[in-house]
Amino acid sequence: MKKVLILFAHPKFEKSRVNATLIERLKDKAHVTFHDLYEAYPNFHINVQHEQELLLQHDIVIWHHPLYWYSSPAILKQWKDLVLEFNWAYGPKGNVLQNKTVFNVITAGGSREVYCSEGYNVFTINEFLRPFEQTANLCGMHYLPPFAVMGTHNLSDEHLLHYANQYEQLIDVLQGDFDAKHISKCFFLNDLEILTV
Amino acid sequence: MSGSLLFDAIIFLAGAIICVSLAKRLGLSSVIGYLMAGVLIGPYVFGFIGEEGEDIMHFAEFGVVVMLFLIGLEIEPKNFWNMRKSILGMGGIQVALTVAFTYLFFAVLGFQWQVALTVGMAVALSSTAIALQTIKEKGLMNTTFGSSAFSILLFQDIIVIFMIGALPLLSNTSEGTDTDAAHGSETLIESLPIGLQTLAIILSVAIIVLAGRYVVVPMLRKVAKTGVRELLIAAAFLIVFGISYLMEFVGLSPALGAFLGGVVLSTSEFKHELESTLEPFKNLLLGLFFMAVGASINFVVIANSPLTIGGILLAIIVIKALVLFITGRIFKLKLDQNVLLTFSLAQVGEFAFVLLSFAFQLNILEQEQMDMMLVVTAVSMSLTPILAVLNERLILPKIGTKESIKRPMDHIAKSQKVILVGFGHFGSTVGRFLRSHGVEATILDFDSNRVDFLRKMGFEVYYGDATRLDLLESAGIAEAKLLICATNKVSVAKAISKIVKEKYPHVELMVRTKNRYDAYELLNRDVHNIYRETLDTSLTLASDALSKLGFRKYTLNRQVQNFIKYDEASLRRLASQPKLDDDYIFKARKELEQQEKLLENDFRRGIVAYDNHWDSEHIKQQLEKSKEA
Repeated sequence: MKKVLILFAHPKFEKSRVNATLIERLKDKAHVTFHDLYEAYPNFHINVQHEQELLLQHDIVIWHHPLYWYSSPAILKQWKDLVLEFNWAYGPKGNVLQNKTVFNVITAGGSREVYCSEGYNVFTINEFLRPFEQTANLCGMHYLPPFAVMGTHNLSDEHLLHYANQYEQLIDVLQGDFDAKHISKCFFLNDLEILTV
Repeated sequence: MSGSLLFDAIIFLAGAIICVSLAKRLGLSSVIGYLMAGVLIGPYVFGFIGEEGEDIMHFAEFGVVVMLFLIGLEIEPKNFWNMRKSILGMGGIQVALTVAFTYLFFAVLGFQWQVALTVGMAVALSSTAIALQTIKEKGLMNTTFGSSAFSILLFQDIIVIFMIGALPLLSNTSEGTDTDAAHGSETLIESLPIGLQTLAIILSVAIIVLAGRYVVVPMLRKVAKTGVRELLIAAAFLIVFGISYLMEFVGLSPALGAFLGGVVLSTSEFKHELESTLEPFKNLLLGLFFMAVGASINFVVIANSPLTIGGILLAIIVIKALVLFITGRIFKLKLDQNVLLTFSLAQVGEFAFVLLSFAFQLNILEQEQMDMMLVVTAVSMSLTPILAVLNERLILPKIGTKESIKRPMDHIAKSQKVILVGFGHFGSTVGRFLRSHGVEATILDFDSNRVDFLRKMGFEVYYGDATRLDLLESAGIAEAKLLICATNKVSVAKAISKIVKEKYPHVELMVRTKNRYDAYELLNRDVHNIYRETLDTSLTLASDALSKLGFRKYTLNRQVQNFIKYDEASLRRLASQPKLDDDYIFKARKELEQQEKLLENDFRRGIVAYDNHWDSEHIKQQLEKSKEA
């Protein structure tokens, strides 16, 4: 069974109904490690060694965060800057993360429609996430399209529950044998046909 | 004119006061003033001081003894190590070349090789008293020039021990013992066979090192425990007198012994206390010494052979200056720094008196040769400040701006940039953290037991009352950037900030206080960096408590910062109110009411409601509101 590491970054988790619901069932799921970055490092003083050990112990890494100003909350950038060291994660001798899988799980207030060339955000979510994609590439990791929870401002409880179920099911699928090439072709992981819910 | 002791004292003191203040008014070094005073009151001008001049010289040498003790105190073995390259390199080159050139010069003039070598050694030594006094007076200790000069002088101070040790080997054995018997000399060293003399020197050095460590330091601790300040002054002089007596008994220069004693005690916690106790005495005694040098210039010898003496004097100064300039070149000193070095150390120093008279006792030198060299030495010392003035006014302005770049911090002459007062639990934490960043604070503490203990743990702690200006000064307050007051005694903190604000306003004060009320007073004294020991820790605890109750740590962290900001602002507002009158109480009450209100508000809104950052619900509400509108 593949092990999943959820690197969760939300500066005000206590005020996020959407993320609370998404996370609820995953917190204690077998072979899933839920790692709450803002709670672990309220001073942004990230324990690099601990974070690197966590990465080594897992096969699938999820950057789970709200989309703020078309990017992640600050601590996730801090995490990348500190943890993904030269000659560890990348560089001539940096190969420890190779062939691990990584993707973003994002929540965004805007709907899917506003994130396109015709919408007022002009670019797609995938385009905004390019820095994450290339970070993964440089570390030799397989980067998958994001799992996106869009339009959270107007999300009904029913819809939200649907997303939470999909998220859990996605993790189940990824933990089994999956075809990374096939999966990486879709736009959002939400669109995968295997997700039956 | 040889009057009573009181009359002599009046002559010396009046001479010093008149001449030194005159020299200072003319912008000259105090050393010139003292020397002039010496010449004036000496046997050849006004004749106030006659045959007793020599006795006074002997007494005044005590100023040099005290100074060398103080210099020794400043040289910790560890700093020695850091300076080893410049001490050995610059000092070694300077001494070796000067001895060689002077030897050649005198050998060519037809002197015996023993005489030429002895004079060479004596000439190689510059005057620590004059050079250092001038450098310190001008505040140049931290320049490249200052530290280079110090390195060279230090090397000379050390090498002179070996020179004195080597002198007996130069003397003709049979002749030496003959004259010793004829002199009826009483010192130990001269009653010994030549071979044992060197051994006696080594032994007495060992005695000083051992006694310093195992007798003097325990004694000082006992004295410190009594808390009677004048006892410490007594103890300081006991040490210096003791060393001098021992050295004189053995037949060595007391100055050397004092220097060694100083080095031995430099690592003890009493370093600064001893420094500030002896400093004023040193300056006065040195003044006396310079006056004695001035008075000892034998104008009769000069009058008898003015050309010979003038020629030798000129040759020696030129040789010394040349060698110093070459040394500076080798060590890549900038031109102006090098010129300063060249002129400041070109004189023959007080160690020459010691070496020359010792050589005379050993029958190496004849009376005439010694007299001549003594005059050359005294005159060259008197010329130094004059040469320095000429250099400063005529040469330096032509070779560019003065270099004020300081040497790197790993240097002995470094000024400790931070002074840390109080080394209890609070101060030691501060000190440890600074030290972990390579910042070695000069630490002052008043509890000798704790000082002792902490020193065993490897900290550099000194013992003393930090509210004394002279102690702060010897701890280097003049060059300090920060003074951290970490003591828990509020009265001490207040006293220190008052002194420092008055005398050294450039030093930034950082003060620990117990609570608001102490903070108010300090704020009103214009101290801005105030650290209430009750603020940060209590909030850390409160925030951890809330975390255990389920609050998010990052939010708590932000709120703690907000709270501190708010509390500091209110502290400063309140401090600006006049205190202890009705208005103050009224304002304070008002402030309290305000705080109560704010706390109430916090409670009603929930502590996280201070800000709405990252709160999507809040955005949603705002959006809905605008839609409704």
